[in-house]
Amino acid sequence: MPKKKEPVWIAREFTKCSGCRKCEIACSLHHEKRIWPEASRIRVFMLVPGVEFPHFCAQCEDYPCVKACPVNALSVSDKTGAVLVNADACTACGKCIMVCPGRIPHMHPTEKHVVICDLCDGNPQCVKVCQEGEWNVLRKIPRKNIAYKLYARKPEEVTRDLCAKFYGEKGEEFT
Amino acid sequence: MILGYAGKFLEVNLSTRKIKEVTFADEVLKDYVGGRGLAAKILWDRLGDRWETVDPLGPENVLLFLTGPLTGFFPGGRICVSGKSPQSNGVVGSTVGGEFGVELRCAGYDGIIVTGKSEKPVYLFIKDSDVELRDASHVWGKDAKQTMTRLTRECRELLRKRYPLYGEWKEPAMVYIGPAGENKVRTAVVAAKWAHAAGYGGYGAVMGSKRLKAVAVKGTGPLPAVADMRKVERLMQEVCENVYENVLWRRWGTGSAGYEVGAKTSSEPVRNWQDEWHDERSFGVDQFEDRVWVKQCWSDFGCPTNCLKVAVVKTGKFKGAITDNPDYELQAYLGPNLGIFTPEENVFLASVIDDLGLCGIQTGNVLGFAAELFQRGILTKTDLDGVELKWGDAEAFAALARKIAFREGIGDLLAEGTYRAALKIGEMKKTDVLPYAVQAKGISIGAHGIRSGKDYPSIIAYVCSVQGGDHTSTANLPLDGGESELMEIFNDSGVYCNFNSFGLRRNLRFEFYKAVTGLKLTQKEWCNKRAIKTLQLQRAMLLLGGPDLKWKPKVDDTNPPRFYEPLPSGPYKGKSTSKEDVEKEVKKYYRAAGWDKNGVPTTKALRKLGMLDVDKALEKLRA
Repeated sequence: MPKKKEPVWIAREFTKCSGCRKCEIACSLHHEKRIWPEASRIRVFMLVPGVEFPHFCAQCEDYPCVKACPVNALSVSDKTGAVLVNADACTACGKCIMVCPGRIPHMHPTEKHVVICDLCDGNPQCVKVCQEGEWNVLRKIPRKNIAYKLYARKPEEVTRDLCAKFYGEKGEEFT
Repeated sequence: MILGYAGKFLEVNLSTRKIKEVTFADEVLKDYVGGRGLAAKILWDRLGDRWETVDPLGPENVLLFLTGPLTGFFPGGRICVSGKSPQSNGVVGSTVGGEFGVELRCAGYDGIIVTGKSEKPVYLFIKDSDVELRDASHVWGKDAKQTMTRLTRECRELLRKRYPLYGEWKEPAMVYIGPAGENKVRTAVVAAKWAHAAGYGGYGAVMGSKRLKAVAVKGTGPLPAVADMRKVERLMQEVCENVYENVLWRRWGTGSAGYEVGAKTSSEPVRNWQDEWHDERSFGVDQFEDRVWVKQCWSDFGCPTNCLKVAVVKTGKFKGAITDNPDYELQAYLGPNLGIFTPEENVFLASVIDDLGLCGIQTGNVLGFAAELFQRGILTKTDLDGVELKWGDAEAFAALARKIAFREGIGDLLAEGTYRAALKIGEMKKTDVLPYAVQAKGISIGAHGIRSGKDYPSIIAYVCSVQGGDHTSTANLPLDGGESELMEIFNDSGVYCNFNSFGLRRNLRFEFYKAVTGLKLTQKEWCNKRAIKTLQLQRAMLLLGGPDLKWKPKVDDTNPPRFYEPLPSGPYKGKSTSKEDVEKEVKKYYRAAGWDKNGVPTTKALRKLGMLDVDKALEKLRA
């Protein structure tokens, strides 16, 4: 049976993140065949210890990064809804990072192109390892018409909020 | 070059500010692997000929931060810190969890060798092959949380400025010291994150003596290439699946032990080990979980266990205190050992200890020791600068911990650690207080007693260990068995967390080593030909000791006096350790390890291993 077009989304629940970074390991093994945290399309930030969370593409409904790309190196996958990077076309100009409300894309550490979560063609490896260990920070759900872009946030913003939640007033000293 | 290694080490001379890269021969890496083993080898090669005169807190000491080939691959990343120990005057392989080792390897280095002493406070900032010493005077004197907050911000700003198009920079991984390390307190730690610490050995004081406040590293490369990545992936999965089955271990970490090790196995320090039994439900893991844990699962790189939990006090006078679980060791040493039995007081004290950059085990031990002397009227309120050191008074213990970290008043004396403080107080008060010092060769004994016989350490666990009281590296027979100290040398030299290896089939770690390095290794070969060399080096340097103290096996290869007293209460009331049994086991251990009747490695044993220079250096101890 031919595969149906079924866009997906990765639901995320930051407060449960242990900071184990198994998502980075799984992502880099899938995309780079190495354990390579900086080349991972999902990156765990720990600007404040105890306040770890994964930072990765939220697939905004209006895809500002795709629109902003001056060389059409970015496109939206019909199948999954993911932003796809044409590595050969990308000039590493950084425009997509600047327009992203969460400054989520980042440069590949050794190649001259940006990296963005491609949802592993609908079978995200980060979700798999997160579920296996029952942390359940990440879950694959069908993509609907919801304000996903709320999750495209800068690391500092997420850190500040989680810090308030975990550490209360004391947390303000760390952000 | 052997696979699985980044292939080079950084050497930083703080006196001359010269930075260079160094390498080690394959043969050295085969025998000593990395971490603890390689530390022993490096220290012996560089300082062995004058070991007894090297001041651990002087510029001639060599401070090491070493990974191993399994760091980042075997789930649960760690880094091994070492040098000549200001506690034992020997060598301790002291490991701490976190991402530091992984970042360092991703930056292209297997380790860092620090020599000399900086004129001004500095921190080392590594971004791949860009390595620089930066001014740290603005964070000198700052506590753990302030230091990390400021340096994380500063390093990210530097990266952003230098690489404006890169995108957001993750934080660099960091190891650092608090005020205790700066003040060369012998119970100071090298810390990572919050509440992560390389405690045994006292290397925070060594870092402070060199005026090195922190090392921050951002590595953007991959982990080194391995022999068989598929196999490595399969083994990683096997390790994780083994852990996933252990539901409560993952949920509680070691936090259940604060109650259980007292109530069930009677082996928890209670009021400076005057007892090892308590049945205080208020110290149950359920109370910690429900009242103070704000994060159930807190992991280091690749770790499936997440034995750490983030704990925060939300109400009452200790509101705002933040630490991890605390884990069992700090639960015990900053809890029942001080007569404290509530989560809030325990979290508060652990948080104070973290902030000051002190070791919870070593400092908890010296605080308990001081409190017992107060109980017995040997130390008075006046001696303690007005602190009434009553069991259970968390604020009094916190006040004394601050004095220790800043070496104020009585704190200056207690900052020397339990054993050295006991010698000085004994002189001062003209009475022997060593019977109240629960330590082995200058290193406080971890929170697992031996008297009930129901916990894991054997009666010679601390007596014969080359790391003294370190509960993570205990001596057990047979020497080539699964519980041998030689197997701990594997964990600490491959540099990964042994907590993820509980219950695994015994060959897995050697299969892992082969999948990473391509080199075949068996347990027998490891024990008889390789790890034994590390053990002999550590024993040799421990016995050579100096300059302030030297250990005599006839006197010091025994348990602290307290462990020969009968347990005063609980289900194992009256149980104790037999001196005769200990002596018998020590003799057996000496024979197995190739040590003579005086505990010195024999010429025969050393020659068989090709360690002729060690043999020569030990000649004077045999006379």
